[in-house]
Amino acid sequence: MFSVYTARFSNPRLGLVAGLACAALLQCCGGWIDPYTTQVILFAAINVILATSLNLVMGETGQFSLCHAAFMAVGAYASALMTGRVLPSLLPHFSWTGISWASQAFFFPVLLIAGLVAALVGLIVGGPSLRLRGDYLAMVTLGFGEIIRVLLQNTNAVGGARGMDGILPATNLFWAVGSAVVTLYTMIALVRSTYGRGFLAVRDDEIAAAAMGIDTTKFKVTAFIIGAFFAGIAGALYAHAVEFISPEGFNFLRSFEIIVMVILGGLGRPVGVAVSAILITLLNEWLRDLSQYRMVVYALIIILFMIIRPAEKLLPFFRRLVPGVGKKPSRS
Amino acid sequence: MSDTSPTPHVPLLEVRNCSLRFGGISALTDVSLKIGHAELVGLIGPNGAGKTSLFNILTGVYQPTRGEIHFEGSSCVGLLPHRINILGMARTFQNIRLFGSLDVRMNIRTSFIARLRNGLVHTIRRGRSFLSEEKEIQEEARRLLAYFGLEEAASLPSRSLSYGDQRRLEIVRALATKPRLLLLDEPAAGMNPTEKEALKRLVTQIRSEFGTAILLVEHDMKVVMGICERVVVLDQGQVIAEGTPDEVRADPKVIAAYLGESHSEEEIS
Repeated sequence: MFSVYTARFSNPRLGLVAGLACAALLQCCGGWIDPYTTQVILFAAINVILATSLNLVMGETGQFSLCHAAFMAVGAYASALMTGRVLPSLLPHFSWTGISWASQAFFFPVLLIAGLVAALVGLIVGGPSLRLRGDYLAMVTLGFGEIIRVLLQNTNAVGGARGMDGILPATNLFWAVGSAVVTLYTMIALVRSTYGRGFLAVRDDEIAAAAMGIDTTKFKVTAFIIGAFFAGIAGALYAHAVEFISPEGFNFLRSFEIIVMVILGGLGRPVGVAVSAILITLLNEWLRDLSQYRMVVYALIIILFMIIRPAEKLLPFFRRLVPGVGKKPSRS
Repeated sequence: MSDTSPTPHVPLLEVRNCSLRFGGISALTDVSLKIGHAELVGLIGPNGAGKTSLFNILTGVYQPTRGEIHFEGSSCVGLLPHRINILGMARTFQNIRLFGSLDVRMNIRTSFIARLRNGLVHTIRRGRSFLSEEKEIQEEARRLLAYFGLEEAASLPSRSLSYGDQRRLEIVRALATKPRLLLLDEPAAGMNPTEKEALKRLVTQIRSEFGTAILLVEHDMKVVMGICERVVVLDQGQVIAEGTPDEVRADPKVIAAYLGESHSEEEIS
């Protein structure tokens, strides 16, 4: 009984190492993967980061946030400014136009800073607004998402409504898949710990959680900041994958798409949410040929997904493959 | 934090002239109350007497309009509920408030969150100190569940327990925060006579085993009279009587509060 317990609780670290090794391997074999498939994998990885980080806020802590795309925008713009303006002026002798070892080496701190900037914005927004509950929080976050978009649209320094183009294509399979692995690891590590149950306790009953000594505001703000941090990283990866960003790409529909991934994956289950993020990315690609009927079919499939819940059904299968993976947070 | 050695002169909890008003309505008027270390005190009163209001100002849900509350000699007015729990006061709720999506064991383990040595960063890093602390907590939760006979239910969702077991789990969860004062809000509400007997045993057992002082708010006179050393009676927001169960039972003011004033014969005729 006991050894099973300790094994399960030390498992995520093994997963992290294995996942990062996979990311590196994928990068080494990158030459054999065609550009289209590469891009789909990049998008899937970015969506996994977005969905699992929103899952911490929405699924585990129960705070309805409608501004995840805004945090993504903050990370995207911050990183694009860093690689496009700050780094070239700091180190003018490197060639920043192509993908070089130098730009690859600098991409890690760029990702980190993009995440930290988004986390800071998360703290500024979350600090006061997380005292609100339910619908009111949804309203504030919806408003905040729009504020970020309009601000970007009206700031000429970042291209205004035209956006920023010519961004360094620094995102590769290693950075994207590696970041997704780190995000997923963090979420699983959190959910499988006594500390992490604090988020679920806050979701289930705030009054009871406070009566047990849990600082509910601190837990909510923490979830929000971690969520914003990873959304910022996803934004940076996205900007350096598509090489062009504009405020319209981070509107409320983008937030909504992430919410759909979280709900389909089964609120509060990191692995399920990651699976659903991948499925929805693939769905988006498969439906490209349908042109104008795409959104109709998309909506129908989402409704079907909601009814049959494939991510939930796939979980037992994953559990058999790797014992302990994707268990409900209530079991341990 | 606060010093743990009990000083005999300072009571564990002292409520001094507390009043609570909601607009024009007085929920509590000049309530004073003392609870000593490891004392079992009952708080009774008819419906609307202000029992839960008193509970709520003790646990920081409401702030008293006037008056002072001292826990182990330090004032705790104005503290948020979670700070009050960390000071050493834990409570249960009149309407059960368990964490429904967590299993029984996890409900207990949430009580350790406020006192974790390893915070967020250590949890993500999963170092040796994190793993050993998780093991300690697991072991302690297991011991508590075994002690209170909930071991077999450990991995069941908390909402699938019977009503009596849910109440018991809520008490154990509060106890797991290692309080020096346990506040029980109508724990016998909705229980059948067998469950009530079990509850009485449980409360006395907690006091003798853990040395926790207990303030028991209860509707059911039999439960309170059977186990409490001292009973405080509230009526219309005021303390109308205080003493041993026998003294309180004989007090005409208490009888009047519960049964209504006795009328003289000419008034009736």
